[in-house]
Amino acid sequence: MLEVQGITKTFPGVVANDGISLTLNQGEIHCLLGENGAGKSTLMNMVFGLYRPDSGTIRVRGEQVSFQDSGEAIAQGIGMVHQHFQLIPVFTVAENIILGNETTKGAFLDLDTARRRIDALAERYGLAVDPDAIVGDLSVGEQQRVELVKALFRDADILILDEPTAVLTPGEVDDFFGVVESLTDQGKSIIFITHKLREVLAVADRITVLRAGRVVGTATAEGATQQSLANLMVGRDVVFRVDKAEADPGAPVIRVQGLRSQDDRGVETVAGLDVEVRAGEIFGIAGVEGNGQRELVETICGMRPATGGRVEMLGTQTTDWSPRRINELGVAHVPENRSKHGVVAQYTIADNLVLNRYHHREFSRRGVRNTAAVNTEARDLVQQFDIRTPGVDAIIDTLSGGNQQKVIVARELTGNLKALIVAQPTRGLDVGSIEFIHRKIIELRDRGVAVLLVSAELDEILSLSDRIGVLYRGRLAGTVDAADATREELGLLMATGTTGGKS
Amino acid sequence: MNGARSPNAGISRAAGQVHRLLTEAWRLQPLYVSLYAILLSFVVGGVLISIIGVNPFAAYWALSRGMVGGGDEIAGSVARSVPFIGSALALAFAFRAGLFNIGAEGQLLAGGVTAAYVGALSWMSDLPGIAAIPLILIAGTLGGAIWGGIPGVLRTKTGAHEVISTIMLNSLVLFGVRWMVNSRDPVVLRDTESTVPRTDPISDTAVLPELAASQPVLHVGLFALLGVCFVVAFVLNRTTFGFEVGTVGLNPHASHYAGINVNRVIVIAMAASGAFAGLAAASEVSGTNGAFQPGTFFLMGFDGIAIALLARTNPVAIIAAALVWGSMLSGAPLMQQEADVSIDVVRIIQALVLLFVAADAIVRYLFRVRESAQSPFQATSIEGAV
Repeated sequence: MLEVQGITKTFPGVVANDGISLTLNQGEIHCLLGENGAGKSTLMNMVFGLYRPDSGTIRVRGEQVSFQDSGEAIAQGIGMVHQHFQLIPVFTVAENIILGNETTKGAFLDLDTARRRIDALAERYGLAVDPDAIVGDLSVGEQQRVELVKALFRDADILILDEPTAVLTPGEVDDFFGVVESLTDQGKSIIFITHKLREVLAVADRITVLRAGRVVGTATAEGATQQSLANLMVGRDVVFRVDKAEADPGAPVIRVQGLRSQDDRGVETVAGLDVEVRAGEIFGIAGVEGNGQRELVETICGMRPATGGRVEMLGTQTTDWSPRRINELGVAHVPENRSKHGVVAQYTIADNLVLNRYHHREFSRRGVRNTAAVNTEARDLVQQFDIRTPGVDAIIDTLSGGNQQKVIVARELTGNLKALIVAQPTRGLDVGSIEFIHRKIIELRDRGVAVLLVSAELDEILSLSDRIGVLYRGRLAGTVDAADATREELGLLMATGTTGGKS
Repeated sequence: MNGARSPNAGISRAAGQVHRLLTEAWRLQPLYVSLYAILLSFVVGGVLISIIGVNPFAAYWALSRGMVGGGDEIAGSVARSVPFIGSALALAFAFRAGLFNIGAEGQLLAGGVTAAYVGALSWMSDLPGIAAIPLILIAGTLGGAIWGGIPGVLRTKTGAHEVISTIMLNSLVLFGVRWMVNSRDPVVLRDTESTVPRTDPISDTAVLPELAASQPVLHVGLFALLGVCFVVAFVLNRTTFGFEVGTVGLNPHASHYAGINVNRVIVIAMAASGAFAGLAAASEVSGTNGAFQPGTFFLMGFDGIAIALLARTNPVAIIAAALVWGSMLSGAPLMQQEADVSIDVVRIIQALVLLFVAADAIVRYLFRVRESAQSPFQATSIEGAV
């Protein structure tokens, strides 16, 4: 169906793709695996006509093509579902799907025809969507189905899926795999971009591994193991299990009682939650996204007002304190949303590294900044945290996501910490960075810091936590010892709020 | 780029030469677009002038003599430019905090009327100049600060967008002061002995010393506003508070997360912006007019927006941009007298400058300037997939 031959693409200073070749057969799921910055997205953007290659050829159904823009790629039957959905939240599903390809009757939209075609597609591929629902009201999983229908509506038979599972819950991932299989059964061909090894082994027919812009290996699902793929991806042996000693928990540091708070739309998403985290332990909060994780973390850290209950840290009542007062107590916060809260994209690495401490004595004298001290500190942290950057003066936006996250972690983990609140610390990161950040979190725990870890990755929760609580509709549905927890038990709690018994 | 010898290529090559001179000899990188925009606007303006049948070189010769043709002309040009520094700072400072303050027009009036009121108080004449002059300047500054602070407070308490509220406050103060200065029954602030609507003259002790008897008068207010530019540059670039302002401007969410009191920064930035406009107005009342006359501030605030834009909100570059702007206005009457080209042509050229700065892609294409940083005034385009 698709044949990519010797594609090379350079950006100023970087070779993003270096002689990459790849073939996609009809009805096949071809996984493109690689760390961030390995060149997966660049390659697919060329196939989809968003970039043009410096050299090399692309053939679709045997014919050489040279797309000027994505419109030409769509005309050739190529569809792409981006990691960040390209949907308009206030429009209905049908309106979103026909956008740019409107079915019309004279000067008017013909939504009826569109609805019929959408229903037919939905039935054929098992993609249940309601054409009249408002997209903004749909769950992330449903929005993704809308994106898929949108591509199919344009008669795509080659589908490029860019990290489609990054935003899904474990249950939704299983549904999604079902959909993908029914698509290939009906003759569609799929390129699946990911860096999650478990998924690759679950769905792929063939696997191509990229590293630093080159193909470093190809495999079939049968012939590969997680370990062999990870080693290929990273280029060295990867340790999967996080080595950690037995926890030695001390006195409670974070105490949340009957906490309530609301999301941005005024819906109460934290509904009387109790949790206690002791010094020297990692308490993991698992749960399907949207069950109050964000509001819980933001309320504890002072970024969102509590509508009820109380938060106590280090024996002090801190409910509705300002973020700065809480921070000065020795509570650090690695925020869930890296670009919105974690960094100021236009600032240098040095300024981002002191974003919570720029006003301290060492960096500011009588209100005047001491940039020399900031730079010295930054150089120190860059080295300690292995941040890959040309210098501390570099604008942080020029770094990869993994390195940006390391900047945030470096900033938050420095200082005299008593408690650490981390939300999705490794989302979207490559294996190497994940390993590093996990090690740092455990180091802190071993130094007696109380860690509250919120993550959508069950594997991360399971491998880091000492105790695990499952968040379900704004409360903890259950708390288990990590040593006794199983994926199945947690999955059930996440989905239903009970373990199935009478609890 | 083909090698054809079209006139377009010739122009482009000449532009490239100019560009090389500016890059290699003068190192004016960040202000390229502004410099080219001015150049380009004069070229287009020249075409317009020749269309109406006047030799553009003759017109520009007259204009430049009006601007800098002699000591009096230079002093007049500088004097004309001084208040623009304040009104441009009013935009620039708020802009760093991510706020679009288009209320300098009203903040000038609020500052001017406050300054005139305080300056005309009966006990002012008993004070020595060393007390009276700071007092009138502080009064104007406070008047502007309050008028600028209101939209800041409204923004933090109610979420009202500062663009809307500053526009409304502009009207409010404009018609308010007009009434105060015009009304004879009751007499509010009108000087009943004057034929033009203005307030009572301020005390002699509150008048800023004159530097040159040009038209308009060049007075010591110049130093006040120059000083403020350097203070603002220092505050924004070197202080902890300036760092907070910049952080809030670039990412208010991250600022909140990092413990910065975003609301406090917004209110202070708006009030400070208003203060700069208020100071400019007070210096005009005290040094130029000796009373408050609303008409003299007409368009001064809006010109400030253009000047701040031309200077890319850099407080020191604002000095240069204000001088360019003010002296063009100051030189225009001579062009009208000698070359018979309306003063409005200068206004058209200024509008073109603004247009080329805002739509900087035109300038970048013609002069082949590479994009260094995104123009702060450009609407954010949809992020491309990378």
